[in-house]
Amino acid sequence: MKLTTTLFATAALAVSTGAAISESHMAKEMTIVSWGGAYSNSQQKAYSDPYSAMTGVKIINDESSAEAVAKLRAMNEAGNVTWDVVDVVASDAIRLCDEGLAMEINADKQLAPAPDGTPASEDFGSLRVSDCFIPQIVYSTTFGYRTDMVGDTPPTKICDVFDTKKYPGKRALEKRPINNMEWALLCDGVPKDKVYDVLATPEGQERALAKLDTIKKDVIWWSAGADTPQLLADGEIVMGSTYNGRLFSLIVEQKQPVAMLWDAQVFDLDGWIIPTGLSPERQARALDFVRFATDTQRLADQAKYISYGPARKSSAPLVGKHATLGIDMAPYMPTDPKNAKNTFLYNYEFWADYRDDIDAKFQAWLAK
Amino acid sequence: MTDTTDTGPVLAADGTPLKKSLSRALRMQKLRALMLIAPLLIFVLVTFIMPIADMLFRSVENQIVQETLPETVTALASWDPATGETPGEPVYAALARDLKVAVAAKTHTRLGSRLNYEKTGISSLFRKTGRKVKKWDLTKDAPFKEKFIKIDKDWGDVGVWKTLKVYSPKFTNGYFLNAIDMQKGLDGAKARPENQQIYIKLFKRTLFMSLVITGTCILLGYPVAWILANLPMRTANLLMILVLLPFWTSLLVRTSAWKVMLQQQGVINDVLVWLGLVSDSGRLVMINNQTGTIIAMTHILLPFMILPLYSVMQTIPPSYVRAAKSLGATNWTAFWRVYFPQSVPGIGAGSILVFILSIGYYITPEIVGGTTGTFISNRIAYHISSSLNWGLAAALGSILLAVVLILYWAYDHIVGIDNVKLGG
Amino acid sequence: MAKQNSSDAFVEFERVQKSYDGETLVVKDLNLKMPKGEFLTMLGPSGSGKTTCLMMLAGFETATHGEIRLDGVSINNIPPHKRGIGMVFQNYALFPHMTVAENLSFPLEVRRMGKSQREEKVKRALDMVQMGEFGGRRPAQLSGGQQQRIALARALVFEAELVLMDEPLGALDKQLREHMQFEIKRIADNLGITVVYVTHDQTEALTMSDRVAVFDDGRIQQLAPPDTLYEEPENSFVAQFIGENNTLEGVIQKINGDICEVRLDSGDIIDAKPVNVTKAGERTKVSIRPERVEFNSERLQPGAHTLRAEVLEFIYMGDIFRTRLRVAGNEDFIVKTRNAPDQVRLEPGSQIEIGWLPQDCRALDA
Repeated sequence: MKLTTTLFATAALAVSTGAAISESHMAKEMTIVSWGGAYSNSQQKAYSDPYSAMTGVKIINDESSAEAVAKLRAMNEAGNVTWDVVDVVASDAIRLCDEGLAMEINADKQLAPAPDGTPASEDFGSLRVSDCFIPQIVYSTTFGYRTDMVGDTPPTKICDVFDTKKYPGKRALEKRPINNMEWALLCDGVPKDKVYDVLATPEGQERALAKLDTIKKDVIWWSAGADTPQLLADGEIVMGSTYNGRLFSLIVEQKQPVAMLWDAQVFDLDGWIIPTGLSPERQARALDFVRFATDTQRLADQAKYISYGPARKSSAPLVGKHATLGIDMAPYMPTDPKNAKNTFLYNYEFWADYRDDIDAKFQAWLAK
Repeated sequence: MTDTTDTGPVLAADGTPLKKSLSRALRMQKLRALMLIAPLLIFVLVTFIMPIADMLFRSVENQIVQETLPETVTALASWDPATGETPGEPVYAALARDLKVAVAAKTHTRLGSRLNYEKTGISSLFRKTGRKVKKWDLTKDAPFKEKFIKIDKDWGDVGVWKTLKVYSPKFTNGYFLNAIDMQKGLDGAKARPENQQIYIKLFKRTLFMSLVITGTCILLGYPVAWILANLPMRTANLLMILVLLPFWTSLLVRTSAWKVMLQQQGVINDVLVWLGLVSDSGRLVMINNQTGTIIAMTHILLPFMILPLYSVMQTIPPSYVRAAKSLGATNWTAFWRVYFPQSVPGIGAGSILVFILSIGYYITPEIVGGTTGTFISNRIAYHISSSLNWGLAAALGSILLAVVLILYWAYDHIVGIDNVKLGG
Repeated sequence: MAKQNSSDAFVEFERVQKSYDGETLVVKDLNLKMPKGEFLTMLGPSGSGKTTCLMMLAGFETATHGEIRLDGVSINNIPPHKRGIGMVFQNYALFPHMTVAENLSFPLEVRRMGKSQREEKVKRALDMVQMGEFGGRRPAQLSGGQQQRIALARALVFEAELVLMDEPLGALDKQLREHMQFEIKRIADNLGITVVYVTHDQTEALTMSDRVAVFDDGRIQQLAPPDTLYEEPENSFVAQFIGENNTLEGVIQKINGDICEVRLDSGDIIDAKPVNVTKAGERTKVSIRPERVEFNSERLQPGAHTLRAEVLEFIYMGDIFRTRLRVAGNEDFIVKTRNAPDQVRLEPGSQIEIGWLPQDCRALDA
């Protein structure tokens, strides 16, 4: 008993100083939480399987990322955190960090540097939006449209979404204010760099909702990521917003008559957090896994399985072809220069503050 | 009778008072009975009573402000917001000391997100301030007022301080006020701006749609239950399996199936177009609105109506209807005056089940409800899992619970709860 | 069987058959005529078809074949609510959600009778069954006997001329049942209504009825007034079913007008009255009522055949003595004697001679 306590203490000390610790002081089992589906699959192939093979650790997969924040809070209150590494979107990571539910990571000490020795903090750059957040991929929320329902002039601009005369039919938007409010303001004539300034004022919020009002009767509101691809496949909608990876599999794997609209797509991030309140052994294991899974090669490997861009600058040149289809992945990446001509940067700080307020107004507007 | 004097208690054979020995004998029995039900009792306590108590507590609990900023709260007590001026240096100094501790414990961001529910912007204000305060030296860096306002001009905003003062007590009715579209201020509660009012509307919609769903369940379930109750046992059992079949399928699958059925390019619309009943451009909109929610939820909740109806109808002897007919009643009169009143307990039980279940439903409205067919529970789910405003979620939940209890009480008064039968 | 001719029959079954499954007949070729005002009981074991007949008459079952007439009119195709027949059900079928008065008022309401007239009739009907005080109560607040009275009043309140009763007293205890038997009989006689009464209790049938139809195997075995039924059963089923009966089996030796000679299986010869035996050599069951057996030789007719008997058991029953004997191999031969001051109490184990009048001893089918 005494011995183990000492060992724990030593392990904790080792972690805090950032020194490598030997395998024997790490947990032999870990639970990784992610989103499920093709995304989890790509993570397992690129990270989990090689890591298990290398260390012999047993990895349990959980698909609870959608409720990760609430569940982590509940686990924390109950004093029994059962997750070791959790995949969340950046805004959730900020929230978890604020709530003290995710541990802070020292990027340069606890994450692997780039092959050329560039420290991790520099390699990730501005994508590390929170001290607790270890970026993994860049994805974008963008529009897909039915090529057979738009005639000879397919949409090219985000504002075509608001043009129901030129593109009659239903469109799918996410049932939340984020992204929709920004697009509405952009198409109402607000310059890109002023969008959040305008949105911070009550008048700006009213303006965005008024713009959305013009298409409200043509909108089907989605809440699950699978909704828009399904609606597109069924021909229920002419266009709809969703994650670019979902559209990739709809177009390339399911060969549906759908194309992507690359304009003002909203860049967003997804990555790992490590919950607070883990035992030293488990924390050491989680840190070891994250260090491995977010190194330059591993991040590039994931892009073989799904069309999301790696979060490290150093990984970009290593992105190759799809593992089974053999097609070049670059044209489907939100980070590809051709696609990223006019992108929109998501303001995490803004939404952390205004989310509750704008959401109340948005929901009241929806219910009208 | 004659030889006992009425001076003391009656004694048992061994001389102990009879009352005492009786209660001792009964105590053993009671203990044994208690032990038998103990597992259930503990289960109910842990899984039912405790969560409800916890919910009620959370809906008023507000200790985080006092716990995180104890000195500031005390200092703020003497500040009069009516002057329209920011508090004096002592308050800022107290805030600096409190934040220093809070930053070390990383609790300041948590308080920030809590207060952000009440005033937009406080979340980033605390996060930003925390980073700076970490570097301060409490003894050397005074005074602090200017310093705080330099970090963010919001510290010079009376509104922020008002929010802090309003929410400094350990318990608050703020969540409940939010839940009924009101706002807590220093000078009492007032209605929220109209463009933020949503909960009362959702409560009303939830109640209205639950009533409609209950009504359609009665309309559809009654004939089915009647047929089941009047068929021979073997056929009835077979049909009963068909009624219960939906229970064996995942709720999500059933709801998604309705999507495929009801959407504009869906099965029903295709058939209607094929039959020429509607034109291809005039396909019916039956999903992502109230119609979709009502159809899908009626289907899902129908068994809860049929089962109690069936078991009550089974106990109505056929001789009642025969008697009514022999007395001269037509088929309809016999049904309406004699059979129907006796099936009312089944309708009551089924309605209570369906109504209460539908009031709390959220998966189905979320998937097929669009914007006009969602319930209050969808907002509760949002505050539980997305906004993390558990206090508001708890207040909404408590109100829902209260509404159900009031309806139950009203039902008891109007119909009588002993008139509700699940069977026999 | 019926004494009336077709024209004045109030209720008439003609060649009625009923089958539920299309394979077996529950009622086989039923013919029955009832005059107005008669109290007729259908008596029989369960499954004999008596309730089915009642339900066909009420209209809840349709006859597979044949015709049922009421007051000369065929009612085969008239729905039950238009037949105007009152009915008292086995478990009364009082509507539990209505008060007693509402129950009684129901048939009047569906006949669109005015309120004051309804109230008057309900009151009269309640008074008739001595339940005038109970109009405001619910059926569940009444005792079984009281519910019985209400059910009766409800069947009568709309002045039906024909009332059907389906084992109406089955749920009551013995004393109450006997009381209600007289009550029903009295009311039926006072109102002059026609009653068809179904029961499996023969005492009830005998005490109440003008005539009893004994059912077995889907047929009426005998239709006769109670005394005839008891004293002159026409076949061995009726003899067995009605009252207590001693049976001795044997073969007809010869028939001589009103007297026949039977050789019992034990070899003894006895005299009997031939009822439904036709020729010598036929097997027969000889039926003797226990109270017609005589063991006091002084009271026997001269020349009567006697049999030897051994006393097995003597039971004192208050008003009568019941003695079990072994006679001609039958160990369940019962003798009933009145408890008179000069009556002999037979000792078990003693040997006696018994005999009877030939006309009390009926040779029936085997």
